[in-house]
Amino acid sequence: MSTLDDSTPVIEVTDLVRDFHGRKVLNGLSFQVMKGDTMIIMGGSGCGKSTLLRHIIGAMKPTSGSIKLFGQEITGMDEKELGRVRRRFGMLCQSGALLQSLTVGENVALPILEHGKLDPGIVDLMVKMKLEMVGLTGFEHLKPAEISGGMKKRVGLARALALDPELLFSDEPTAGLDPIMTSVVDILTQEMTRKLGVTAVVVTHDMTSAFRIGSKMVMLGTGPNQGKIIAAGTPDEIRASTNGEVQQFINGEPDGPVPLRLSKGDYVERLLGHPAPTRNSYLA
Amino acid sequence: MKEYLALNGQILYWTLLAPFRGQFFKVGEVFHQMVLIGVRALPMAALTTFSIGLTLAMQAAGQLSKMGASQFVPDLVILSLLRELGPLLIGVIVIGRSGSAVTAELGTMKVSEEIEALQVMAINPIRFLIVPRFLAMMIMLPALTVFGNYVGMVGGWSICHFALDYNTASYIAHSLSRARPWDLYSGLVKSVVFAWLIITIACHMGLRVEGGAEGVGQATTSSVVWSLLLMLVANACLTALFFFT
Repeated sequence: MSTLDDSTPVIEVTDLVRDFHGRKVLNGLSFQVMKGDTMIIMGGSGCGKSTLLRHIIGAMKPTSGSIKLFGQEITGMDEKELGRVRRRFGMLCQSGALLQSLTVGENVALPILEHGKLDPGIVDLMVKMKLEMVGLTGFEHLKPAEISGGMKKRVGLARALALDPELLFSDEPTAGLDPIMTSVVDILTQEMTRKLGVTAVVVTHDMTSAFRIGSKMVMLGTGPNQGKIIAAGTPDEIRASTNGEVQQFINGEPDGPVPLRLSKGDYVERLLGHPAPTRNSYLA
Repeated sequence: MKEYLALNGQILYWTLLAPFRGQFFKVGEVFHQMVLIGVRALPMAALTTFSIGLTLAMQAAGQLSKMGASQFVPDLVILSLLRELGPLLIGVIVIGRSGSAVTAELGTMKVSEEIEALQVMAINPIRFLIVPRFLAMMIMLPALTVFGNYVGMVGGWSICHFALDYNTASYIAHSLSRARPWDLYSGLVKSVVFAWLIITIACHMGLRVEGGAEGVGQATTSSVVWSLLLMLVANACLTALFFFT
């Protein structure tokens, strides 16, 4: 296991490109996340946020470019080497991704049991502590199908934190949560980063939450800027950005550089598959 | 095909080699799967093999009595069951009950990102999910086959006893004097081959599901169709190898 001094980035992505059948979903992305940062990855639907996250956790291989976690290049790693890196981070999936055949408690206990040999009493205690952290004490014996979507997500968070990871990835952690639980999840993330020095990478388009917890932000573009970083910096720098697309996104405006509707000509072209006929063609 | 062979290799590695390197599969889960695949299939296996034993005896009695050879009914029943019908019928039942269930379960786990979540937690899905199902199938299909052979013989006995006036002792003596150990073993070899085909195809189809509920449905259909086809082809090949060369 490599130890990092504070000057080595926990995550270093360089010129990352991912090509899906000729369509560049990620197009030359580069950024760094330092220890203790909470990096927010934001952008409109379909901009490649989740794809980027899946590359960083090693679930997808890039077309080209480099991804380093804890200073180690992961793009060429086999499953075994990747497994060693993965034990150092926790991941909260978009849907919670709990194993439906296990109870809530067994789901949280799973990484603890798989990666350590602890006394069952201690494992029980750890599971209770983690569930208590996310406000779900007493839910250990229920199956994921018996709890709400928001609860599943919180169990997912408890499972991601089960091994006290150095790095936490969250994919849409607050989507589907009520405002109170959103703050709880935000505060949990903040406590982890500030008190325990955990590094967090959060993919979200909940702007309240993003500005509350983020210490660094990157925004991915859509349309012609698909797969590129159109803005990066601290929350204040992002707020002050002069980029119209960024301002439209953080203020949630329906129309702007990202158009509400396509122009009439584009609309007809999409429908008919060829440019709109002009007046002359009617006469001809 | 390449993926299927790779899956076979991985299953062998995680079953046979990895435990020696300290990476054990879950023994408790093997027993849990044995109950699902084997124990819960007992009523259906019993009913099917009993009815086939019964039918075989009725057909045989009708035809053989025309030649004055109805004393050979037990021979026909026991040989057909041990060599062919026992392994095949149990195979068909297990494909329908468990092969399809394994594909649907793994497919649903794939589309709901559960398998990816396991990988991200550095838990190998082959070790965690596939190996227990594989071992349970490899143990329970031959066991069910032996059980089915017995029940099928009881089916044959019921016709011989109640319609042909055999007494039980002579039915058993007749059957045992005709069947050789190899008849039983050949059927068991077949059931081991079938078990391998059924579980590897079911897991392969489940793990490659893409595209939601529709994908799960298609994979389950493919799993059943391919398992049946390959099982029948393998059966023909093994019969040719064991009894026709």
